Amino acid sequence: MLDRMISQPILELQNVNKSFGHVQANKNISLKVNKGDIHGIIGENGAGKSTLMSIVYGLYQADSGNIKINDKLIEIKSPHESILRGIGMVHQHFMLVENFTVVENIILGFEGEFVFGEKLNQAKENLTKLCEEYNLKIDLNATISDLSVGFRQRVEILKALYRGAEILILDEPTGVLTPQEVDELFKILRSLKEQGKTIILITHKLNEIMALTDKVTVMRQGKIVGDKNIKDTTKDQLAEMMVGRSVLLRIDKGKPNIIDKRKPNIEDTIFEVKNINVKDNLDVMRVKNVSFELREGEILGVAGVTGNGQTELLEALSGIRQVDSGEIKLFGNTISSKDIFVGPRQLRELDVAHVPEDRQRMGLVTEFNASENLIFGYHHQQPFSKSSVMMGKNIYNYSKKIMHEYDVRPQSPFLQTSNFSGGNQQKIILSRELNKDPKVLLVGQPTRGVDIGAIEFIHQRIIDMRNKGVAVLLVSVELDEILSLADRIVVMFDGELVGERVNENVTDREIGLLMAGITN
Amino acid sequence: MVKAVDRTKVPWWVSNAIVPLVNLTLAFIVSGLFIFIAGANPYQALKLILYGSFGYLEGFGYTLYYATNFIFTGLAFAIAFHCRLFNIGGEGQAYIGGLGVFLLAFYFSALPVPIVWLLAILASMLFGAAWAFIPGYLQAYRGSHVVITTIMFNFIASALMVFLLVDVIRDRRQMGPTTEPLINEQWLPMFKDIAAYFGFKVGYSPLNISFLLAILVSFGVWFLIWRTKWGYEMRAVGHNTQAAIYAGISPKKNIILAMVISGALAGMLGVNEVLGVHHKILVNFPAGYGFTGIAVALMGRNHPIGIFLASLLFGMLYQGGSEVTFDMPNITRYMFVAVQGVIILFSGALENLFRPQIEYFFVNTLQQKTTT
Repeated sequence: MLDRMISQPILELQNVNKSFGHVQANKNISLKVNKGDIHGIIGENGAGKSTLMSIVYGLYQADSGNIKINDKLIEIKSPHESILRGIGMVHQHFMLVENFTVVENIILGFEGEFVFGEKLNQAKENLTKLCEEYNLKIDLNATISDLSVGFRQRVEILKALYRGAEILILDEPTGVLTPQEVDELFKILRSLKEQGKTIILITHKLNEIMALTDKVTVMRQGKIVGDKNIKDTTKDQLAEMMVGRSVLLRIDKGKPNIIDKRKPNIEDTIFEVKNINVKDNLDVMRVKNVSFELREGEILGVAGVTGNGQTELLEALSGIRQVDSGEIKLFGNTISSKDIFVGPRQLRELDVAHVPEDRQRMGLVTEFNASENLIFGYHHQQPFSKSSVMMGKNIYNYSKKIMHEYDVRPQSPFLQTSNFSGGNQQKIILSRELNKDPKVLLVGQPTRGVDIGAIEFIHQRIIDMRNKGVAVLLVSVELDEILSLADRIVVMFDGELVGERVNENVTDREIGLLMAGITN
Repeated sequence: MVKAVDRTKVPWWVSNAIVPLVNLTLAFIVSGLFIFIAGANPYQALKLILYGSFGYLEGFGYTLYYATNFIFTGLAFAIAFHCRLFNIGGEGQAYIGGLGVFLLAFYFSALPVPIVWLLAILASMLFGAAWAFIPGYLQAYRGSHVVITTIMFNFIASALMVFLLVDVIRDRRQMGPTTEPLINEQWLPMFKDIAAYFGFKVGYSPLNISFLLAILVSFGVWFLIWRTKWGYEMRAVGHNTQAAIYAGISPKKNIILAMVISGALAGMLGVNEVLGVHHKILVNFPAGYGFTGIAVALMGRNHPIGIFLASLLFGMLYQGGSEVTFDMPNITRYMFVAVQGVIILFSGALENLFRPQIEYFFVNTLQQKTTT
């Protein structure tokens, strides 16, 4: 025990710098990671965490600075070299071949023989031992496509261990997991620590840092703003370090204009969804027999792990996708059923605003300039166009005004949208959709990949809309976001609504179980 | 290794003028090497090309005549490309467009000439558009890839025209498969005649007022793409179909629209060739302009101004090239096919070969200037 207290740093970075063009992603980073620690690296999106770890893993080369492993100066030019030096990385997006088995994936690149036989069996034996040693429960002969996300992540961890990793880097490992799967992952990581492995955890979630790590390094704008022992710090302190000022973690919603306790009556029901089934592009039924009502002046939160039908539900409500059966009524009129289908343009005319889940794939044309995106979907209306001719001056003036109001930076209407940061792109969409005084607001993942400062702004705007009496449907995979914003919560699992709760005294544990499909 | 620069800091004239110019220069150097290997003097050849295409009025007339065709087919490709459609069928659409011009002028010869001209232009557009509509429809509603279908439609157009020229609208007094000529009054005014009207004597070149039509159409295309709702929606569909659907823009409608406009533009090549130059339909009169238009559009970055400049360049190569082959026996006309190929290679496929270095150089020197 004593020798761990004075343990040597296994990994040391000295004055590491890295720029991309004029953007300096890492400035003078010096960092020590002790052997046998779980070391957290936390920071907002774009703080430079992933860049730094990519340098350690050999995906990028540092412009200057030293990397030492076990006090020896080394140079890492490729992931192959870092693997040889005992560094393993589990990426945010798994690098697995879907139609291969677990074993085949793990030995990929290290097969060692032309025709599989002896060495494959050897590998299996070794892997079985490894699994026992670290208490990883994986069926080695299972095909990846049959495994859930949590298991796939375990395969990635096993892969790194099999290749001799002493330092394991995990990049945002919990983004795609249910709360239960997160617990399992944490158990695995703790047992790895007990076996003497060093773990570096990149995340922007404070809860994980507090629950799991020994030490934490906070990064902001490419620089390290502090190192803390977890024992000596608090969540609020870390949040403040991340953002550079104190942040309200839960938002005060204030009272909505319409009293919450009112009895639901037909007049103020805006969306009425009755037993809808929705298929995706591959003809797979994604939304199964879903019914709910959305009323004036409330935020209805749809919780659930990514890929449980929320995307298709949102697309059905916003007129992008027709329902297969059942019906959706808006203000009492059917807008989608087996025979009726009202498209996005008409729905916009009916004051339905939609902030889509995936801003770059759906919400924006990133090749367009900001002003073109600020009128996107409303471009056919006055004063933006008159008899099919675009009114350049009106569009420009409007863009200037709205970019100022929503603090979109930089305020250049002619700048190509791909040059704006994620948060500002989201503000472009938000300002476009909110500025038209909608009666219904459909929002998907409003703060995904957005930094904390902008998150606060976006949340406040959503609550303002609700307080004005707008019916808001919020789809988010961030449980915290749902819990802090929604008045009512429904949970989607495998296409079905598995639970509905009024957001008073609901615990994240309770919702987490529902998200995992446990309803008893 | 050159570091990537911040693309927002690169001045527009570097990426839109300097880089293409460097690529072009390289293409010329490599072409010069070819000519040298073939046993001729590259410098002489270059001088001949420049003189032959710009040096005297008749030659310049030919250059502009070729450029007229390239502008039409280049614009045709460009507008479809803004909707991310590769319309390879310009050749066939131009052929059918020419048929439209001829049929209108031939069968409505009783109408006043200016009205015939106007209607003939509309007919060329209508026929070209109709020929492009079918692949567009199949792409939009059936998912048949427009590259495949437009290539097939080139062959169908070719076969159809041979059939018509041999069996239906053939001039029976002629040996070859051509139509009867149009009456003289309907011929579009030649540049040499216009010059003669003002008292200048200029030798023959096929340049006619279609060139002005091409410039007019260039402006129209610019306006359509960047200043109308239609262009906005087509570009949205082209860049991001998902987002277009989200915004209530129909990809199907816009795919068809882009193809139809593209076909209409390609069809206008028939105005230049049938009404302006040959005054009848010759077998295979589009002669590859439809295909070269693709290179012209790509080189001109799908912008009307770029297409105009690229058209001039290719017009210069066509005209100057034929002069060179005339004067330098070592160089065959196939050599100029190779030269065109090299230019397309350097300004198309290898477009980004030196871009990082050039951008890095300019961004850095400009910065030093502002900091000192």
